Amino acid sequence: MPPGITTLAADAPELSAANTGFMLICSALVMLMTPGLAFFYGGMVRVKSTLNMLMMSFISLGIVTVLWVLYGFSLAFGTDVGSVIGWSSDYVGLGDIGVTELWDGYTIPVYVFAVFQLMFAVLTPALISGALADRVKFTAWAVFIVLWVTVVYFPVAHWVWGAGGWLFEMGVIDFAGGTAVHINAGAAALGVILVIGKRVGFKKDPMRPHSLPLVMLGAALLWFGWFGFNAGSWLGNDDGVGAVMFLNTQVATAAAVLGWLAYEKLRHGSFTTLGAASGAVAGLVAITPAGGSVSPLGAIAIGVIAGVLCAMAVGLKYRFGYDDSLDVVGVHLVGGIIGSILVGFFATGGVQSDAKGLFYGGGLEQLGKQAIGVVAVLAYSLVVSALIALLLDRTIGMRVSEDDEISGIDQVEHAETAYDFSGAGGGTVSRTTAPATAPTAAPKAKKVDA
Amino acid sequence: MKLITAVVKPHRLDEIKEALQAFGVQGLTVTEASGYGRQRGHTEVYRGAEYTVDLVPKIRIEVLVEDEDAEQLIEVVVKAARTGKIGDGKVWSVPVETAVRVRTGERGPDAL
Repeated sequence: MPPGITTLAADAPELSAANTGFMLICSALVMLMTPGLAFFYGGMVRVKSTLNMLMMSFISLGIVTVLWVLYGFSLAFGTDVGSVIGWSSDYVGLGDIGVTELWDGYTIPVYVFAVFQLMFAVLTPALISGALADRVKFTAWAVFIVLWVTVVYFPVAHWVWGAGGWLFEMGVIDFAGGTAVHINAGAAALGVILVIGKRVGFKKDPMRPHSLPLVMLGAALLWFGWFGFNAGSWLGNDDGVGAVMFLNTQVATAAAVLGWLAYEKLRHGSFTTLGAASGAVAGLVAITPAGGSVSPLGAIAIGVIAGVLCAMAVGLKYRFGYDDSLDVVGVHLVGGIIGSILVGFFATGGVQSDAKGLFYGGGLEQLGKQAIGVVAVLAYSLVVSALIALLLDRTIGMRVSEDDEISGIDQVEHAETAYDFSGAGGGTVSRTTAPATAPTAAPKAKKVDA
Repeated sequence: MKLITAVVKPHRLDEIKEALQAFGVQGLTVTEASGYGRQRGHTEVYRGAEYTVDLVPKIRIEVLVEDEDAEQLIEVVVKAARTGKIGDGKVWSVPVETAVRVRTGERGPDAL
């Protein structure tokens, strides 16, 4: 979030209809990223876990939205308490807020800021789910979301973006969530999988994506929604910074697609669809913290670097033996670190703020701040997420039974099957869904010739 | 009667179907199958992880014929299925005891 936009309106800012409208559209775009992510992940799992993967994201829309209204917004963006958390009783229940009351220092209502930030809070836990494919009880996942956003996301969002938050005040640049969203989710994913362990058959059974078109569709929706995520994070368009961010989002993503594909072609021999989709997401992640402080050429550099390094990083799980099923660590943690650190090199000092990176004569100062932001969020999220997973694993249990995992989590946890391609049917209608007109009555007095 | 079974490359299906129709075959059954012979599988790469896919998609075609047509029909299928490359598949025949046309109850060669 930008610190200095108040300088534009010297006196008290007034409500801007243009900014308000723009931000509402951006909020809807960010909302779309969560179902987009669901499809991105859903296509990547085997057919027997498709619905579970979709639901792990979708349920976040339900849970986090309600928590956000109840106390989440207050914890993240209420009045600062000790630089680590917020609290404003006016924000509890989002009740004591006037409809035209402006978010402090900006030209948009508090409600608009609250709904925009809500979409980020929904997306972040959903990102974690990709690492947990095929094996986590749905109730355990739901409880995990409640605990995780409460003790990890809401505080970390406050550190990074809340007025008074310690990383915010230190001057860490995180335009749209490289640390608060992506490093946070990636580190959490790593913490959880170290506790719950690998999928049955990891490294032994083939675990091919069941639908790459679904993956592509999801990646495309993410790319589209990310314009709202990134460009909207300036909370208005009075000075063109949001437009720079929009442009850099497109540029870095495109460059990352090329970077990933080039690496893959040289290393493995083919340009794969999954590589293109993954490269796009890696680029989007990396430009998220950086896009408001770099030039378009800087965005190309960040994109290519992220594409290549993430393509390399997704192989680490095989070497170190942790089952990051859909590469949340390899793409979001690594991509988030790359973007957050590269700000320290590529910040021009001429866009979002006057902080200059190493390549623009800024020395090591900004780089040092960025590194502190990365390490702080990474360490906190990794440790606390692992503790939450451990707590749940010891109490209600995190994993479904091995048999259920092998036969498929969709049927066990959701009582559904993702696709029915058989024309044969073969079932019967049971009690609750019996049609109004009774099926052909059983013949009375059926004669059977002996 | 004989049951001719052919397990062949999927993209040869139309060719085989036309050849069988030209030969005078009235009906056939096609199922999607998977398997391997000497061709074995192929390798796919997902985010750098290589998977050897052993089972290759195939089409299984089944036709019932009278004994005297069997040899000739096998030739027709083989000719239509052949690409000359590895993985073209197999064709075989087995004797069939009886066959019944469900609608009319006709039996034996009349049911074909």
